[in-house]
Amino acid sequence: MKNNNLKGWLYLLPAILFLGIFMVYPLIDVVVYSFEEGYNFASQTYRGVGGYNFSYVLHDPFFLQAVKNTFILVIITVPLSTGIALLISLALSSIKPLKELFQTVFFLPYVTNTLAVGLVFMVLFKKTAYSDGMINLLIQAFGGSSVDFIDGPYWAKMLVTCLYTIWVVMPFKILILTSALASVNQQYYNAAKVDGTSKFRIFTRITLPMISPMIFYLIITGFIGAFKAYSDEVALFGTNLNAAGMNTIVGYVYDMLYGDSGGYPSYASAAALILFAIVLTITVINLMIRGKSNAA
Amino acid sequence: MSQVNDQKTLDQISRAAKTRKTILNVVIYVFLALWGLIVLFPFYWMLLTSIKSYSSYNAEYIPKFFTLSPTLQNYFDAFTTVDLGRYFLNTIIFTVATTALMVVVITLAAFAFARLEFKGKNAAFGIFLSLMMIPTELVVITNFVTITNWDMRNTFWGLILPSVTSVFYIYLLKENFEQIPDELYKAAKVDGTSDMKYLLKVMIPICKPTMVTIVILKVIECWNSYVWPRLITDDAKYFLVSNGIQEIRENGFGRENIPAMMAAVMVISIPLIILFLIFHKKIMEGVSRGGTKG
Repeated sequence: MKNNNLKGWLYLLPAILFLGIFMVYPLIDVVVYSFEEGYNFASQTYRGVGGYNFSYVLHDPFFLQAVKNTFILVIITVPLSTGIALLISLALSSIKPLKELFQTVFFLPYVTNTLAVGLVFMVLFKKTAYSDGMINLLIQAFGGSSVDFIDGPYWAKMLVTCLYTIWVVMPFKILILTSALASVNQQYYNAAKVDGTSKFRIFTRITLPMISPMIFYLIITGFIGAFKAYSDEVALFGTNLNAAGMNTIVGYVYDMLYGDSGGYPSYASAAALILFAIVLTITVINLMIRGKSNAA
Repeated sequence: MSQVNDQKTLDQISRAAKTRKTILNVVIYVFLALWGLIVLFPFYWMLLTSIKSYSSYNAEYIPKFFTLSPTLQNYFDAFTTVDLGRYFLNTIIFTVATTALMVVVITLAAFAFARLEFKGKNAAFGIFLSLMMIPTELVVITNFVTITNWDMRNTFWGLILPSVTSVFYIYLLKENFEQIPDELYKAAKVDGTSDMKYLLKVMIPICKPTMVTIVILKVIECWNSYVWPRLITDDAKYFLVSNGIQEIRENGFGRENIPAMMAAVMVISIPLIILFLIFHKKIMEGVSRGGTKG
């Protein structure tokens, strides 16, 4: 028996070592860092302990800009992508021929490198001296005037970011919702048909309640994912996101840690903890709303 | 008379219903085709631009949707002007090493949780599960400092080590291992088979489909990873494709050589697209079992 005990832990040892060094220890350390004031990366010393890092970060205009960008991104992309994904999944589940082909094509963005395809989006939306770019020509064809979506006004940059983010997150949502729709028991639909229930009523009374746990799951993971947005922005605007005014909270954390403005792990830690607190709060609010609507 | 009339109205109703159904179907297919176009268009544009010559691309104020004189010059440039070949090789080394190490680590852990009995197993599993909720953004800061202190910046070990465990995959594999009936294990024990041999000869072959899914998902993750490699490498000798593409965008080719840039983008996208075309069923099934992006 004693031998067996040892053996069990031996098999677990590699996983425990890696998780301990790269997950558990950092988790404690990040809190420690965030309270060490004036930490110097080179000498690894600090002057004192307190909440200065948090107050610095919360007063940094770059951080406030990043928070604003991230919130706009979350508020626009999460409902929109979930809604469109629901429409597409409903359409997919109502057809037979070509269904598999469509499903496969729709999933393609999931496996592609976001930085690589982001460059294609940049090329499509960018206005250069040589050409106004694909999208602008399209806008002109419909009588609009062209805008530089990559170096132009804030709303235009935000628009491309949202479009690209939605393009990137759609495959996962479509996949989850299509399989949720496929798992609704066919008998409910048959019964509704016998009763002559209208299509709209079938949707609101049967389909929606049956797949609502999955929609809810997608909204929660969508919020969490969107709050962590970063590489999509780098793909579109380059690594200097502060200069482009398009930084995100995660981007701010990395910029503080490394790069031209880097070398401040304490500020980075404080910002990361603030992000974590925001995500946690939003998730708890989501869960509470969900609990209430279930009770009602 | 009235019966004939009834028949007529019935026919009319059913014909109207049929027409409505056809119209609805057309609308649905047009809608799906439209989304398909949105998904595929960037890929088409990538391919198209990559085979246009530099001069013809820049001469087109209104970009053409096809080209009559395709060229492979951009691909040649992508491999000669910038170090795309090296980025590619680095990514392959990184992906293979990380995935291989991870498979060993998670298989051992999953086996311990699924098959062995030892003190503190349930507590350990509970702690593992709770680690699933920790976002990478929170631990990356210390990991960066740790790897820097270990003098592992700009090395493959620095790139690989932090991502060789995944609690989620341990969980996935453990669930799968547990489905193997106890009788097999007991029979093997009677025959005097060691635990390690049982794991290698019985459990892994039976659970091969799940392991393949895990490997593919991890390969995709490695191939696309950007944040950690960017933090840990600033020497172009160790860049992965994501960092390489960012480097190309900012310094390579000269900013305006879009066709060469698209050729590079094409080259780094193709391996995963091929992987997807071969394994799309497995990948989609694996992701719907609980993977999220990133």
